[in-house]
Amino acid sequence: MKEETLTIMNIGKICNLLKAKLICGANLLDKEVTYGFASDLMSDVLTLDNDDIVLITGLTNMQTMRTAEISEIPCIVFVRNKKVTDEMIKIAIDNDIVLLECKYSMFKTIGILYENNLKPVY
Amino acid sequence: MNFNFKINGGDFSGAGRASSDIKKVLKKLNVHPKIIKRIVVALYEAEVNVVAHAKKGSINAEIDSEKIRITVVDEGPGIPDIKKAMTEGFSTASSKVREMGFGAGMGLPNMKKNADVLNIKSNVGSGTMVELITFFKS
Ligand SMILES: Nc1ncnc2c1ncn2[C@@H]1O[C@H](COP(=O)(O)OP(=O)(O)OP(=O)(O)O)[C@@H](O)[C@H]1O
Ligand SMILES: [Mg+2]
Repeated sequence: MKEETLTIMNIGKICNLLKAKLICGANLLDKEVTYGFASDLMSDVLTLDNDDIVLITGLTNMQTMRTAEISEIPCIVFVRNKKVTDEMIKIAIDNDIVLLECKYSMFKTIGILYENNLKPVY
Repeated sequence: MNFNFKINGGDFSGAGRASSDIKKVLKKLNVHPKIIKRIVVALYEAEVNVVAHAKKGSINAEIDSEKIRITVVDEGPGIPDIKKAMTEGFSTASSKVREMGFGAGMGLPNMKKNADVLNIKSNVGSGTMVELITFFKS
Protein backbone atom coordinates (compact mmCIF):
# COMPACT_ATOMS: atom_id res chain seq x y z
CA MET A 1 0.00 0.00 0.00
CA LYS A 2 1.35 3.40 -1.00
CA GLU A 3 -0.04 5.35 1.96
CA GLU A 4 1.43 8.65 0.79
CA THR A 5 -0.71 8.66 -2.35
CA LEU A 6 -3.97 8.51 -0.39
CA THR A 7 -5.58 11.93 -0.48
CA ILE A 8 -7.38 12.81 2.71
CA MET A 9 -11.13 12.98 2.36
CA ASN A 10 -13.52 13.76 5.16
CA ILE A 11 -17.26 13.36 5.62
CA GLY A 12 -17.94 17.10 5.42
CA LYS A 13 -16.25 17.24 2.02
CA ILE A 14 -18.39 14.34 0.82
CA CYS A 15 -21.53 16.14 1.97
CA ASN A 16 -20.52 19.25 0.01
CA LEU A 17 -19.47 17.39 -3.14
CA LEU A 18 -22.82 15.59 -3.28
CA LYS A 19 -24.88 18.63 -2.26
CA ALA A 20 -26.31 16.18 0.25
CA LYS A 21 -28.61 16.82 3.18
CA LEU A 22 -26.99 16.12 6.53
CA ILE A 23 -29.45 14.13 8.64
CA CYS A 24 -27.33 13.54 11.73
CA GLY A 25 -23.73 13.62 12.89
CA ALA A 26 -22.89 17.33 12.45
CA ASN A 27 -20.17 16.90 15.08
CA LEU A 28 -18.46 14.17 13.03
CA LEU A 29 -17.88 15.96 9.71
CA ASP A 30 -14.11 16.17 10.24
CA LYS A 31 -13.82 12.39 10.40
CA GLU A 32 -11.50 11.14 7.67
CA VAL A 33 -12.63 8.37 5.36
CA THR A 34 -10.56 6.44 2.86
CA TYR A 35 -12.78 4.00 1.00
CA GLY A 36 -16.14 3.94 -0.71
CA PHE A 37 -18.35 0.89 -1.20
CA ALA A 38 -21.63 1.01 -3.10
CA SER A 39 -24.22 -1.73 -2.67
CA ASP A 40 -27.85 -2.45 -1.94
CA LEU A 41 -26.83 -5.89 -0.69
CA MET A 42 -25.84 -5.85 2.95
CA SER A 43 -24.50 -9.42 2.62
CA ASP A 44 -21.64 -8.00 0.55
CA VAL A 45 -21.01 -5.08 2.89
CA LEU A 46 -20.58 -7.51 5.79
CA THR A 47 -17.66 -9.22 4.04
CA LEU A 48 -15.46 -6.08 4.07
CA ASP A 49 -12.48 -5.86 6.41
CA ASN A 50 -11.36 -2.27 5.82
CA ASP A 51 -11.90 0.58 8.25
CA ASP A 52 -13.18 4.05 7.35
CA ILE A 53 -15.57 3.02 4.59
CA VAL A 54 -18.37 5.25 3.31
CA LEU A 55 -21.36 3.12 2.36
CA ILE A 56 -23.33 4.34 -0.66
CA THR A 57 -26.73 2.66 -0.87
CA GLY A 58 -30.35 3.04 -1.92
CA LEU A 59 -31.55 0.64 0.77
CA THR A 60 -33.24 2.59 3.55
CA ASN A 61 -34.11 0.11 6.26
CA MET A 62 -32.98 -1.08 9.68
CA GLN A 63 -30.74 -3.73 8.15
CA THR A 64 -28.62 -1.00 6.57
CA MET A 65 -28.21 0.61 9.98
CA ARG A 66 -27.41 -2.65 11.77
CA THR A 67 -24.91 -3.54 9.06
CA ALA A 68 -23.18 -0.17 9.49
CA GLU A 69 -23.18 -0.53 13.27
CA ILE A 70 -21.76 -4.06 13.15
CA SER A 71 -19.18 -3.21 10.44
CA GLU A 72 -18.06 0.06 12.07
CA ILE A 73 -19.04 2.14 9.06
CA PRO A 74 -18.81 5.85 9.98
CA CYS A 75 -20.95 7.33 7.19
CA ILE A 76 -23.85 6.23 4.96
CA VAL A 77 -24.91 8.12 1.81
CA PHE A 78 -28.49 7.30 0.78
CA VAL A 79 -28.87 7.90 -2.95
CA ARG A 80 -31.85 8.26 -5.34
CA ASN A 81 -33.51 10.72 -2.94
CA LYS A 82 -34.40 7.96 -0.46
CA LYS A 83 -35.53 9.14 2.96
CA VAL A 84 -34.37 7.75 6.27
CA THR A 85 -36.75 7.02 9.17
CA ASP A 86 -36.60 8.23 12.79
CA GLU A 87 -35.83 4.69 13.93
CA MET A 88 -32.79 4.67 11.63
CA ILE A 89 -31.62 8.05 12.90
CA LYS A 90 -31.76 6.78 16.48
CA ILE A 91 -29.35 3.94 15.71
CA ALA A 92 -27.10 6.36 13.82
CA ILE A 93 -26.90 8.76 16.75
CA ASP A 94 -26.30 5.95 19.27
CA ASN A 95 -23.40 4.66 17.17
CA ASP A 96 -21.85 7.89 15.82
CA ILE A 97 -22.83 7.18 12.22
CA VAL A 98 -23.26 10.17 9.89
CA LEU A 99 -26.32 9.92 7.60
CA LEU A 100 -26.48 11.86 4.33
CA GLU A 101 -29.42 11.99 1.91
CA CYS A 102 -28.43 12.61 -1.70
CA LYS A 103 -30.67 13.34 -4.67
CA TYR A 104 -28.30 11.90 -7.25
CA SER A 105 -28.42 8.41 -8.73
CA MET A 106 -26.05 5.77 -7.44
CA PHE A 107 -24.01 6.12 -10.65
CA LYS A 108 -23.57 9.87 -10.42
CA THR A 109 -22.83 9.78 -6.69
CA ILE A 110 -20.12 7.17 -7.09
CA GLY A 111 -18.66 9.00 -10.09
CA ILE A 112 -18.25 12.21 -8.12
CA LEU A 113 -16.66 10.46 -5.14
CA TYR A 114 -14.34 8.39 -7.31
CA GLU A 115 -13.16 11.48 -9.21
CA ASN A 116 -12.40 13.07 -5.87
CA ASN A 117 -10.14 10.23 -4.82
CA LEU A 118 -12.32 8.17 -2.55
CA LYS A 119 -10.70 4.74 -2.96
CA PRO A 120 -12.41 1.50 -4.00
CA VAL A 121 -12.18 -1.37 -1.50
CA TYR A 122 -11.25 -3.75 -4.34
CA MET B 1 -21.25 -14.17 31.74
CA ASN B 2 -24.25 -15.57 29.97
CA PHE B 3 -26.68 -13.85 27.59
CA ASN B 4 -29.85 -15.09 25.90
CA PHE B 5 -31.88 -13.66 23.03
CA LYS B 6 -34.92 -14.74 21.03
CA ILE B 7 -35.28 -14.30 17.26
CA ASN B 8 -38.44 -14.46 15.17
CA GLY B 9 -38.47 -15.66 11.58
CA GLY B 10 -39.26 -12.83 9.16
CA ASP B 11 -38.50 -10.09 11.69
CA PHE B 12 -35.81 -8.35 9.68
CA SER B 13 -35.81 -5.13 11.63
CA GLY B 14 -35.25 -7.10 14.85
CA ALA B 15 -32.19 -8.90 13.50
CA GLY B 16 -29.04 -7.39 14.91
CA ARG B 17 -30.28 -6.69 18.43
CA ALA B 18 -28.24 -9.53 19.90
CA SER B 19 -25.14 -8.51 17.91
CA SER B 20 -25.57 -4.92 19.01
CA ASP B 21 -25.88 -5.87 22.70
CA ILE B 22 -22.97 -8.30 22.59
CA LYS B 23 -20.84 -5.65 20.90
CA LYS B 24 -21.46 -3.27 23.81
CA VAL B 25 -20.56 -5.97 26.35
CA LEU B 26 -17.30 -6.85 24.55
CA LYS B 27 -16.37 -3.16 24.31
CA LYS B 28 -16.79 -2.81 28.07
CA LEU B 29 -14.55 -5.85 28.53
CA ASN B 30 -11.88 -4.09 26.42
CA VAL B 31 -11.70 -6.83 23.81
CA HIS B 32 -9.66 -5.66 20.80
CA PRO B 33 -11.90 -3.78 18.29
CA LYS B 34 -10.80 -6.01 15.39
CA ILE B 35 -11.79 -9.14 17.36
CA ILE B 36 -15.11 -7.54 18.37
CA LYS B 37 -15.87 -6.82 14.73
CA ARG B 38 -15.15 -10.44 13.74
CA ILE B 39 -17.37 -11.77 16.53
CA VAL B 40 -20.34 -9.51 15.85
CA VAL B 41 -20.20 -9.87 12.05
CA ALA B 42 -20.42 -13.66 12.46
CA LEU B 43 -23.22 -13.34 15.01
CA TYR B 44 -25.18 -10.90 12.86
CA GLU B 45 -24.94 -13.25 9.88
CA ALA B 46 -26.26 -16.06 12.10
CA GLU B 47 -29.14 -13.88 13.35
CA VAL B 48 -30.08 -12.88 9.82
CA ASN B 49 -30.04 -16.53 8.74
CA VAL B 50 -32.65 -17.40 11.37
CA VAL B 51 -34.80 -14.43 10.34
CA ALA B 52 -34.40 -15.22 6.64
CA HIS B 53 -34.59 -19.00 6.62
CA ALA B 54 -36.21 -20.31 9.84
CA LYS B 55 -39.40 -19.93 11.92
CA LYS B 56 -37.86 -18.90 15.21
CA GLY B 57 -34.70 -19.30 17.18
CA SER B 58 -32.70 -18.49 20.27
CA ILE B 59 -29.17 -17.31 20.90
CA ASN B 60 -26.98 -18.11 23.85
CA ALA B 61 -23.67 -16.33 24.36
CA GLU B 62 -21.19 -17.47 27.03
CA ILE B 63 -18.29 -15.17 27.72
CA ASP B 64 -15.29 -16.05 29.87
CA SER B 65 -11.87 -14.44 30.22
CA GLU B 66 -10.46 -15.98 27.07
CA LYS B 67 -13.30 -16.54 24.61
CA ILE B 68 -16.91 -16.17 23.54
CA ARG B 69 -19.01 -19.20 22.65
CA ILE B 70 -22.25 -18.47 20.83
CA THR B 71 -24.90 -21.03 19.98
CA VAL B 72 -27.79 -20.18 17.69
CA VAL B 73 -30.53 -22.80 17.63
CA ASP B 74 -33.55 -22.52 15.39
CA GLU B 75 -36.76 -24.30 14.48
CA GLY B 76 -36.97 -24.32 10.73
CA PRO B 77 -36.43 -26.27 7.53
CA GLY B 78 -32.83 -27.25 8.32
CA ILE B 79 -29.99 -27.39 5.80
CA PRO B 80 -30.01 -30.52 3.60
CA ASP B 81 -26.44 -30.16 2.31
CA ILE B 82 -24.23 -28.14 4.66
CA LYS B 83 -21.16 -28.40 2.43
CA LYS B 84 -23.08 -26.90 -0.47
CA ALA B 85 -24.62 -24.21 1.76
CA MET B 86 -21.08 -23.20 2.78
CA THR B 87 -20.06 -22.33 -0.79
CA GLU B 88 -19.92 -18.64 -1.65
CA GLY B 89 -22.92 -17.63 -3.70
CA PHE B 90 -25.17 -20.56 -2.79
CA SER B 91 -28.51 -19.22 -1.59
CA THR B 92 -32.12 -20.34 -1.44
CA ALA B 93 -33.23 -16.92 -0.16
CA SER B 94 -36.65 -15.69 -1.30
CA SER B 95 -37.14 -12.46 -3.23
CA LYS B 96 -38.51 -10.95 0.01
CA VAL B 97 -35.15 -11.66 1.67
CA ARG B 98 -33.29 -10.06 -1.27
CA GLU B 99 -35.44 -6.93 -1.01
CA MET B 100 -34.29 -6.68 2.60
CA GLY B 101 -30.65 -6.55 1.47
CA PHE B 102 -29.67 -10.18 1.98
CA GLY B 103 -29.51 -13.45 0.09
CA ALA B 104 -26.14 -13.28 -1.65
CA GLY B 105 -25.05 -16.65 -0.30
CA MET B 106 -22.17 -15.01 1.56
CA GLY B 107 -23.29 -15.44 5.17
CA LEU B 108 -22.01 -18.91 6.06
CA PRO B 109 -18.62 -18.41 4.30
CA ASN B 110 -18.34 -15.07 6.10
CA MET B 111 -19.06 -16.73 9.45
CA LYS B 112 -16.34 -19.27 8.73
CA LYS B 113 -13.92 -16.46 7.86
CA ASN B 114 -14.65 -14.45 11.01
CA ALA B 115 -15.05 -17.08 13.74
CA ASP B 116 -12.20 -19.20 15.12
CA VAL B 117 -14.52 -22.21 15.24
CA LEU B 118 -17.74 -22.74 13.31
CA ASN B 119 -19.84 -25.88 13.82
CA ILE B 120 -23.15 -26.48 12.11
CA LYS B 121 -25.56 -29.30 12.87
CA SER B 122 -28.84 -29.53 11.08
CA ASN B 123 -31.87 -31.81 10.90
CA VAL B 124 -33.94 -31.40 7.78
CA GLY B 125 -37.50 -30.57 8.74
CA SER B 126 -36.75 -29.59 12.32
CA GLY B 127 -33.92 -27.06 12.61
CA THR B 128 -30.33 -25.95 12.72
CA MET B 129 -27.71 -25.41 15.41
CA VAL B 130 -24.79 -23.08 14.74
CA GLU B 131 -21.89 -22.81 17.17
CA LEU B 132 -19.39 -19.94 16.92
CA ILE B 133 -16.30 -19.74 19.13
CA THR B 134 -13.80 -16.90 19.05
CA PHE B 135 -10.79 -16.34 21.30
CA PHE B 136 -9.99 -12.83 22.50
CA LYS B 137 -6.23 -13.20 22.02
CA SER B 138 -5.08 -14.29 18.59
N1 LIG C 1 -30.66 -21.30 9.83
C1 LIG C 1 -30.89 -21.81 8.61
N2 LIG C 1 -31.98 -22.59 8.38
C2 LIG C 1 -32.20 -23.11 7.16
N3 LIG C 1 -31.42 -22.91 6.08
C3 LIG C 1 -30.31 -22.15 6.26
C4 LIG C 1 -30.00 -21.55 7.52
N4 LIG C 1 -28.84 -20.87 7.38
C5 LIG C 1 -28.46 -21.01 6.10
N5 LIG C 1 -29.34 -21.78 5.42
C6 LIG C 1 -29.25 -22.22 4.00
O1 LIG C 1 -27.92 -22.02 3.55
C7 LIG C 1 -27.91 -21.10 2.46
C8 LIG C 1 -26.64 -20.27 2.50
O2 LIG C 1 -26.63 -19.46 3.66
P1 LIG C 1 -25.79 -18.10 3.64
O3 LIG C 1 -25.95 -17.43 4.95
O4 LIG C 1 -24.40 -18.41 3.20
O5 LIG C 1 -26.46 -17.27 2.46
P2 LIG C 1 -27.88 -16.51 2.45
O6 LIG C 1 -28.41 -16.42 3.84
O7 LIG C 1 -28.74 -17.17 1.46
O8 LIG C 1 -27.46 -15.08 1.91
P3 LIG C 1 -26.57 -13.98 2.70
O9 LIG C 1 -26.10 -14.61 3.96
O10 LIG C 1 -25.45 -13.64 1.78
O11 LIG C 1 -27.47 -12.84 2.95
C9 LIG C 1 -29.19 -20.30 2.62
O12 LIG C 1 -29.62 -19.72 1.41
C10 LIG C 1 -30.15 -21.40 3.10
O13 LIG C 1 -30.55 -22.24 2.03
MG1 LIG D 1 -27.15 -15.64 5.37
